[in-house]
Amino acid sequence: MDTAFFVDWITRVAASVEANKVRLTELDAAIGDGDHGTNLDRGFASVIRVLDTAAPRTPGTVLSLTGTTLISKVGGAAGPLYGSAFRRAGNALSDAPDVDLAGLSGALDAALAAIRKLGAARDGDKTMVDALAPAVAALSDAAASDTPLLKALDATVAAAESGALATIPMQASKGRASYLGPRSIGHQDPGAASTVLILRALRDTARAAAASGDE
Amino acid sequence: MTLEDAVTTREETSAPARVGLVLVSHSARIAEGVAELVRELGGEEVPVEAAGGLPDGGLGTSSELIEQAVRAADRGAGVVVLADLGSAVLTVKLLLDGEDDAGDPPVLSATAMLADAPLVEGAVSAAVAAASGADARTVLAAAEEARDYRKL
Repeated sequence: MDTAFFVDWITRVAASVEANKVRLTELDAAIGDGDHGTNLDRGFASVIRVLDTAAPRTPGTVLSLTGTTLISKVGGAAGPLYGSAFRRAGNALSDAPDVDLAGLSGALDAALAAIRKLGAARDGDKTMVDALAPAVAALSDAAASDTPLLKALDATVAAAESGALATIPMQASKGRASYLGPRSIGHQDPGAASTVLILRALRDTARAAAASGDE
Repeated sequence: MTLEDAVTTREETSAPARVGLVLVSHSARIAEGVAELVRELGGEEVPVEAAGGLPDGGLGTSSELIEQAVRAADRGAGVVVLADLGSAVLTVKLLLDGEDDAGDPPVLSATAMLADAPLVEGAVSAAVAAASGADARTVLAAAEEARDYRKL
């Protein structure tokens, strides 16, 4: 996975967030302040402009620039959370021109650690951690057993999707939703939902890269 | 020497610099309103800066506005930051902590600290302490004592 791969990933995330902006905002309106979709869309639209202008030369720089831009442009809690996650992932990749499955797994592990540290969310608090943590664990298992990339990312996405669905019956104990107490039960956490979009975009990037390699 | 430098120099020669306060809220009007309230209590010597909402005036948190406010409030004696909810708190934490694993320095001055306190009550308590010439740790502690103020 080279620099172009990572630019493609982030470009797909931006497109997916834009396409799902209304759904994310509706999920947030149910239990939060109803700006998650709009905020993330504004953030990733800025990221695309920054990546176009800066033309980063390494995968790590792509992710670091993504993170820095999200921190300054999102305006909601997702900004510092995803922003520090992407920055930490970028730093974990250092200046490697090409990233293998183990490197990707390490980067996502660093991203999860950044979110856990900043948000202080534990598993089961009904946050993006509930989608990201099982996804990172699945990716790490796949990397440890030398699973092919596409299969590894399918497992990662599947784990994130079940993690996000599992937030529906949870009662929120972090973020704006926690003010609702038991009334937060019965709704999917919007942060978990956007985490799924980000990881699906990663898998789709790998699928597209594999398809173009086969031709 | 710029006008700002001249003002700072004059203050330093007449009295030690006061700890600055930065008020971060999702809403520009909340941050401005709290700033108005505490300026009255802290007098003219305590630098108080509001960083509320997004640069376009909408609700949210802007790391750029927070950075500007902390720089403006820092007269050399440190800055105590008070924040309301969610992204306001997370953004301040991120700017103050830096990316320690990556070795990046914090974006904001090492002398800025986030108070674990309610915004309005904490700011009032901090302003009174800052006006008395207390150091940054004491102002921070005064803000955090406001968590225990009972109303009934």
